[in-house]
Amino acid sequence: MSALASAGMIRQLEAIGPFDAAACMNCGVCSAACPLGIDLLPRRLFRYALLGCEDRVHDASGPIFSCLLCRACEANCPAGVHITENMRVLRHWLLQEGS
Amino acid sequence: MPLPVRDVVGILADNLRLRGSVLPIPARRATAWARNLGIPRGGETVLYTGQMYQLIPYIERLVHLEQRLGDSPLARFTGVARRANRLVNGVAIVARPGAEERAEYDRVPANVARLLQRAGVAFGYLYEDDLYSGALAHDLGADEAVAAHARRVAGILRKHGVREVITLDPHTTTMLRTVYPKLVEGYDVRVRSYLEVLAERGLPVGVPLSGTVTIHDSCVYARYEGIVDEPRRLLASVGLTVAEPENAGQWTWCCGGPAESLFPTTAAAIAGKRVEQLRAVAPDCVTMCPICLVNLRKAANGTMRLRDISDHLLDAVAERGASAAHVGGPTR
Repeated sequence: MSALASAGMIRQLEAIGPFDAAACMNCGVCSAACPLGIDLLPRRLFRYALLGCEDRVHDASGPIFSCLLCRACEANCPAGVHITENMRVLRHWLLQEGS
Repeated sequence: MPLPVRDVVGILADNLRLRGSVLPIPARRATAWARNLGIPRGGETVLYTGQMYQLIPYIERLVHLEQRLGDSPLARFTGVARRANRLVNGVAIVARPGAEERAEYDRVPANVARLLQRAGVAFGYLYEDDLYSGALAHDLGADEAVAAHARRVAGILRKHGVREVITLDPHTTTMLRTVYPKLVEGYDVRVRSYLEVLAERGLPVGVPLSGTVTIHDSCVYARYEGIVDEPRRLLASVGLTVAEPENAGQWTWCCGGPAESLFPTTAAAIAGKRVEQLRAVAPDCVTMCPICLVNLRKAANGTMRLRDISDHLLDAVAERGASAAHVGGPTR
């Protein structure tokens, strides 16, 4: 699996809507609270997005679209990251990418 | 195996753009619940259903079909299905729930209208102009289609002179109250859930109920809209004791429903886990969202009784005759 970094990706995401993944401090509480036990940690996914690893974000479309948007992660996030809105932004980006 | 996400989301977004709902159903079906209730058309305050409860039987038919398709070679042809759906409303062809299924979910908006009437709240209804809010398309990231739809709904509310909307499910509540103001310039409609309206106004209890129920909070009500105390206050006011399950209130556990349109197997697993938590507390459970209700009922498979909160509240205002043995009846 390649990981081609794209400097433009974060700009595309921020153009879609507020994307505050940079506030994530990698503590992992979100994953511990997730009812899905989501198999791609939001912190890792957000890092892919911030670094512009488009291929890796594409590969993660299953977990991104299976997120329940239930906000159990956000209710527990010590950094106050808007995790579910970030997920929605990533969904929109993935849909645009393929259109 | 899940169907291709882009095609499924595309079909839902196309429907919203072309037909005003992700799952377009005939207006006569969406408004059937209001027959014989004498609700005036329009007005400054309206009960806005967003068709959520009315859509559930159709969603169930489609999810069943989707599960069968996902495991078949036909799954490769979803792109063709999307193109065909632009020309012909596919939902009208493949999803045809029976009268009994429709009546089960049509009952809730009728319940809420009766409760508001009994509480002395003056309100109207928009009938065929009561459109779906766009909630599912918003969740899935179909933002352009949702923004256009929000402007359409806002225009309809403006045309009818609506200043206040009373909603009856969490998804429509958060769309109209929290999402639309970000999408529609000058949108200033006051939006409240009927639970908030009734908790503030109080219910005229005719026949106090008895017994213990557990409660399943909607994630959207609890964590998006901060509605946690209102359902508890209402249940207590009609005489029911609420036994809190593990993961309650702000810390509620998802029913799995939001994953159902794309990942039905995942949704079922989450719902099964939640049912275990609820059943451990009491055999009767109160829900307040149509998605939660249908998902948990499927997972419970008759092992516990799940009812919408409006069913309990209406029993207590005694309009349709409450029984003394309010809880502990047959499971459903």
